[in-house]
Amino acid sequence: MTAPTAPRARDGRAPDVFTPDGWVPMRCHADSEEVDFAIVGAGAGGATLAARLAEKGFSVVCFDAGPYWRPLDDFVSDERASEMLYWTDPRITGGDDPIALAGNNCGKGVGGSTVHFSMISLRWRPEWFKARTKLGYGVDWPVTYEQMESYYAQAEQALSVSGPVKYPWGPPRGPYPYRPHEVNAPGLILARGAEKLGVKWCAVPLATVSAPRGKSPPCVYRGWCHYGCSTNAKQSALVVWATRAVAAGAEIRDMAMVGQVETNTDGTRVTGVRFQREGEWRVQKARNVVVAGYAIETPRLLLNSATSRHPDGLANSSGCVGAYLTTHAGPGVWATFDEDIRWNKGPPNMAVTEHWNYTDEGKDFHGGYAFMSQGPLAREWGQTLAGRGLWGAELQREMAKYNHTAGFVPVAEVEPRACNTVTLADEVDPYGLKIPKLSFSYSDNDRRLQAHSKRFMGQMLEAAGGYDLWDNDDTSHLMGTCRMGDDPKTSVVNADGRSWDIPNLWVCDGSLFATTGAVNPSLTIQALALRIADRIEALARRGEL
Amino acid sequence: MTERYPDYDILDKWSSVSFDDKTRAVLTQRLHAVPGRRFFTQTEWDLLEALSSRLAPTPERGGSIPITPWIDKELFEGDTEGFRIEGMPPTLEAWRKGLAAIEAEAKAAYVRPFAELDSETQDIFLKRIQKGEVDPALWRGMDAKRFFGDILLKGVVGVYYAHPQAQSEMGFGGPASPRGYVRIGLNEHDPWEAREVRADGKPRRSGKTQR
Repeated sequence: MTAPTAPRARDGRAPDVFTPDGWVPMRCHADSEEVDFAIVGAGAGGATLAARLAEKGFSVVCFDAGPYWRPLDDFVSDERASEMLYWTDPRITGGDDPIALAGNNCGKGVGGSTVHFSMISLRWRPEWFKARTKLGYGVDWPVTYEQMESYYAQAEQALSVSGPVKYPWGPPRGPYPYRPHEVNAPGLILARGAEKLGVKWCAVPLATVSAPRGKSPPCVYRGWCHYGCSTNAKQSALVVWATRAVAAGAEIRDMAMVGQVETNTDGTRVTGVRFQREGEWRVQKARNVVVAGYAIETPRLLLNSATSRHPDGLANSSGCVGAYLTTHAGPGVWATFDEDIRWNKGPPNMAVTEHWNYTDEGKDFHGGYAFMSQGPLAREWGQTLAGRGLWGAELQREMAKYNHTAGFVPVAEVEPRACNTVTLADEVDPYGLKIPKLSFSYSDNDRRLQAHSKRFMGQMLEAAGGYDLWDNDDTSHLMGTCRMGDDPKTSVVNADGRSWDIPNLWVCDGSLFATTGAVNPSLTIQALALRIADRIEALARRGEL
Repeated sequence: MTERYPDYDILDKWSSVSFDDKTRAVLTQRLHAVPGRRFFTQTEWDLLEALSSRLAPTPERGGSIPITPWIDKELFEGDTEGFRIEGMPPTLEAWRKGLAAIEAEAKAAYVRPFAELDSETQDIFLKRIQKGEVDPALWRGMDAKRFFGDILLKGVVGVYYAHPQAQSEMGFGGPASPRGYVRIGLNEHDPWEAREVRADGKPRRSGKTQR
């Protein structure tokens, strides 16, 4: 299946994600109509914010560079064909530890990366929001867990997260909205290892439903979650938030690549966005612009929007736009088992331990890591083994063990450092826009943390009966390049996602993360978006927008 | 190598509820619409054929799994991952440069094109390239290890294991929509999964589930 080549959301209608070819009515806006909010990006940050702002009565146009997917018609059980879901525009990635992009961490299309994410929906450990003050490393966020708590609950409800009745770590939070999924074989390996080592484990709270919910059927454990959910069990931003946004009166403009945020002549306000759709450059007028393109495209857009008044890019008086790029380290440890595992069945990550997120003793590093059971499919696993240097007959022998392999991968914290950056290269893409260039290197602390995680995961795999262990290195997620803070000198936006330099310019995505924490970021991105929507409403009511 | 799943073929499920129409459409293309040469020169194409025959596994069930045509198609259509490591040329250029460098290395070492070496020599030679033991002048500034691992090998393996026959041989479940799986615990199998046999041809008994 190939990706659509023309926009679908237009002329007063948008695709109905719950049917193969149906439509839902959508309010559309003329370019000249000054809307309350132009939001750039329809992923976990942008689609969530679009839904909530529209539900509060604001006029909203939400842009996405990729298609408005129809899961029941577009998503296939084929790894290669599903690469259409990824952001594959030209990018350069460098530094001592270049971060792999595309399928690793970037989505293109309505729903963003949540279309192919693992659905892991974990809250932050409360202390991480004040890591510097409470744990002695990193920086403090301008929000507290107490301020975020109700938004986490709201996000979990909105996604009908299926998880345990009692989550074993962190403050009490009541049962998850939906019952936990049955844990699959690779998850049971983690469970067995955890029990042998005396650490807690639990079923991963997942944003795929364990029982029917509206038009979403329960998950059928097909295991192709990284390639788009073809049944709509997955509660992606496409299925949940884009649907709510359109129903509440927002316009989602697909296949519309925003190239610049426009400013007035004295550079004090933004006035709209310049975007390309079907080969034509146009300008949408807006009273506010929210950039929600994730941690590469968001700083890229702000840098590409430089003017004589803002020669270093918009919202960049701190110099922090594009700085403090972070990821989560994801070194894997793998083992062979006599038992049949067949890890292609079920969501890829069904069991977790957050032991080293909530235990501070016995560490030779700052920060934490959670780790989960895994479930790579055939092609991905072949390429992982190729990454280990295997080919020919050696590769064949190892691939033959596929159904008898299990492994763990952590979401491992990475220090925010100014030297890790997204900048603009001199090269331009087919839109004529300067392409982004990443530079990323791990710190010594990052390396000690990963070494610890490899040792511990290896012990657990052996305790569970695994043998012939080996390990590799990888990353997931992108964060930090427009960080929020309390000080305009060291951050791009405040706790509301509002830029310090230009009051009607906002950021709402993973770029806000001042530190990475050590759980998958999507739930926190959605909780931040929900909070920002409430703050915008409060500010509007006070006449402070 | 003795096959673990000799009586399993993903395509036997073609008409079952493990397949949907859109997946059938994708696989019909892959099986029956193998594209011709459009990106590579004939020389590049022939070299990649020779490289693939060493790098990809040899299909156990005979026949061959086309690799070069699909890489050619990806490059012709610009359907690549998009990103590149700093210092590496853009993907299309990297392929041409890398293939030329490998041929130049083979000629420098053996005074013959890669394709004319015996398979044992080819493997020894490829291990050397994989380790980056090369003459940098022949690579014109490109990192040989990165080309070998991140581009050539990843590309070849990515095509090989996208083919249903390769997936059948490893006992992979394959397409699973609309029907997924019911029995997902340790040593549990649904009837539509691969049955594993032991080296002596008898059905493999499941390993005992540890407690």
